[in-house]
Amino acid sequence: MAGRVLSYEKKDTWIHELSGVTKLIFFLAWSITSMISYDTRVLVVMLILSIAILRASKTEWRQVGTVFKFILLFLVINVIAIFFFSPYQGCEIYGSKTVIGHLFGNYYFTKEQLFYEANIILKYMTVVPSVFMFIVSTDPSEFAASLNRVGISYYVAYSIAIALRYIPDIQDDYVKIKNAEAARGIELSKKAGLLSRIKNTTPILFPLVFTSMNRIDVVSSAMELRGFGKNKKRTWYRGKSLRAADYAVIAFAVIFCTAALIITFRGGSRFYNPFR
Amino acid sequence: MLIEFKDFSFKYRAQAEPTLKNINLAIESGEKVLIVGPSGCGKSTLAHCINGLVPFMYPGEITGSYSIDGNDPQKLGIFGLSKIVGTVMQDTDGQFVGLTVAEDVAFALENDCVKESAMKQKVDEVSKAVFIDDLLDHSPKELSGGQKQRVSMAGVMVDDVKVFLFDEPLANLDPKTGKSAIALIDDIQKRQQATIIIIEHRLEDALYRDVDRIVLINDGMIVADMRPDDFLSTDLLEKAGIRYPLYVEALRHAGCQITPGSKPQHIESMDLSGYRQKFLDWMQSVTLPKPGITKNVILSINDVGFSYDKTHPVLSDVSFDIHKGEMMSIVGKNGAGKSTLAGLICGFNIQDSGTILLDGEDITALSIKERGEHIGYVMQNPNQMISKPMIFDEVALGLVVRSKPEDEVKQRVADTLRICGLYEMRNWPISALSFGQKKRVTIASILVMDPELIILDEPTAGQDLRHYTEIMEFLRRLNRESGKAIAMITHDMHLMLEYTNRAVVITDGRLIADDTPANILTNDEITERAFLKRTSLYDLASKMGIDDAPGLCNRFIHYERSLKDGRQSSFV
Repeated sequence: MAGRVLSYEKKDTWIHELSGVTKLIFFLAWSITSMISYDTRVLVVMLILSIAILRASKTEWRQVGTVFKFILLFLVINVIAIFFFSPYQGCEIYGSKTVIGHLFGNYYFTKEQLFYEANIILKYMTVVPSVFMFIVSTDPSEFAASLNRVGISYYVAYSIAIALRYIPDIQDDYVKIKNAEAARGIELSKKAGLLSRIKNTTPILFPLVFTSMNRIDVVSSAMELRGFGKNKKRTWYRGKSLRAADYAVIAFAVIFCTAALIITFRGGSRFYNPFR
Repeated sequence: MLIEFKDFSFKYRAQAEPTLKNINLAIESGEKVLIVGPSGCGKSTLAHCINGLVPFMYPGEITGSYSIDGNDPQKLGIFGLSKIVGTVMQDTDGQFVGLTVAEDVAFALENDCVKESAMKQKVDEVSKAVFIDDLLDHSPKELSGGQKQRVSMAGVMVDDVKVFLFDEPLANLDPKTGKSAIALIDDIQKRQQATIIIIEHRLEDALYRDVDRIVLINDGMIVADMRPDDFLSTDLLEKAGIRYPLYVEALRHAGCQITPGSKPQHIESMDLSGYRQKFLDWMQSVTLPKPGITKNVILSINDVGFSYDKTHPVLSDVSFDIHKGEMMSIVGKNGAGKSTLAGLICGFNIQDSGTILLDGEDITALSIKERGEHIGYVMQNPNQMISKPMIFDEVALGLVVRSKPEDEVKQRVADTLRICGLYEMRNWPISALSFGQKKRVTIASILVMDPELIILDEPTAGQDLRHYTEIMEFLRRLNRESGKAIAMITHDMHLMLEYTNRAVVITDGRLIADDTPANILTNDEITERAFLKRTSLYDLASKMGIDDAPGLCNRFIHYERSLKDGRQSSFV
């Protein structure tokens, strides 16, 4: 089956050429920075860079579209929930209250709250492209090899690789099970409402989990039988050593993120305040 | 002595009874041994004792003694054993550890800390030996079942093992690929002077090349350990519920007493002179019933074409009909498009061209759910279909989601469970059921919706003769009593011959035959193209000088049928 969602695809770009470790370091630094910072200027720059990177990795919509829609759904729920649970969070943070409209009861729209929530959306949007880039451009086994090379135990490294390796298989199982259940009347297509679709995923997850457990059992026997875990170390058929481009990217990530955090905290808090 | 078991017994920790009892077995270096036995007889456990999964991964209690290559396996451990015994597992997909062929082959070397350059050299060397050297960068998804198996073989060959242990190597392969797998195993043995142990219940296919000995295990004990010619002359297989090679079975039906001197191991070299007259007499005595009249078409597939990516057609111009109340099979090599075809019929995908008519109406616009009310689909693995813990709820699911009134649901589920012989167990948890019973639950959960046609994907894959018979007799009864049309996707030549009146053969996305199984399986051109295997009854016929090979097949099946129906009352 062509075009699996969120799995590694071989492509010819400089991002694919980078070592998995480089991409992991970049991705971690990027996410941490974006999680800490509420500085709108920093976030906007990061968003632009994120999108540029995603394009450079030639990631296509079919690879990430479904997941992106899911993330958007949660983002919307999140944003609405924040508003209803603490409608004046923004005012507290920025220390002012500029009302621009009335919803009902005690709920008023304020500029500060809108700005605060816009920042949250921005944070999501800066992280999401880097996650996608990382997952679809990193060869799982090369990644495991490089993780091991930077000192992480090969057990952990290989577990991650195997997990990534099984994403496509589990997706295939999912489609197979979903189809068979749909034939029995458990509709997951657009004809069913959102609530019943969520409810209807349980009869699919149940067999999916069992099938996956079975897979794990088989693969761990297979690994054991071929000497996995015998020695403290192991070598890698497909290892990539770090090259100039990798060091450049790592250096960039470190410098950029440090700078971003310095700029963020220069005002004394991690919020950029246009209302003062 | 390379492998030696003395008064060896093994009991899994969670079980009350030992799985292996008092095993005495010696295998010499360079021998090729076939281990056969029904499901659950302990043959896999014996294999696990040899490769170390028992007791290191599946712990339990060992009594008696055993040694492998002069060592105590308990001291060698699973890693030490892996240097002596290379295991090729049954599940060709599951054992694929690496992301590409090269990495998978190199896996054992990586774990041994072999340097990258030495590793690449060794990988190249063994992959040439099993003809996968042009596939090194491919991912497992891009390989056929036979190729995957060769990758697994290469993966253990890098260790220069002395023993190759094949756990049901034929289970996931189409018949012709299975034949080449057996031939390749034979080659490796000859070239490397390796010791080969094959565990398999498809005896006839496994005997495609000579083996030195056959070991029969039943109920945890070694029942026989003899040369193949001697073994096939006994009636031990029948007692253990394993199928004889068809030509031997046919001769036995004719009342011939098989002798080791006639060399029954291969039909090609078997001496039939002593059996000929008796066999011809028997042929004469079996009369065939008149073929049934053709019935109304329920599903009509017309010029259907499909491709996943719009460039590489998976199916093109496929046309055939399925008739009311018939039992038919859809056969062809792995990846020929059979499952895709089933998917189009059920609406999992929509054909690019052509039409599918159900009772004369075009069903292109119907959703999967809507089609599901007329066409039931049963997956190969029941565990992938079962989503409720209790039998009743599982079978009721299709009706409940269609919001049928509770009384109706209860009534229909109860009726269906009765038909399927599950009524007594209706309040059981599904986890308490055997594989065959689970299969019946999944069939019941489809049947309850009262479809006109049921499609089953590999209904008997991996089942031994007893479970195979249990599932197939159930389907046959269902077909006869309820008049449901049943279409089966299968690799099993015997299933198609024994249980279906018609087969359509799909190869490389095209329909190349639509005929009776007896005609198809005696036709060289079709069997060759579709990766099927010509039945050995054909060879028997030609060696006996019988021109009408399909006629022999039909008589054979008819005769077996009458035996089975005679036994039916006591069997079920």
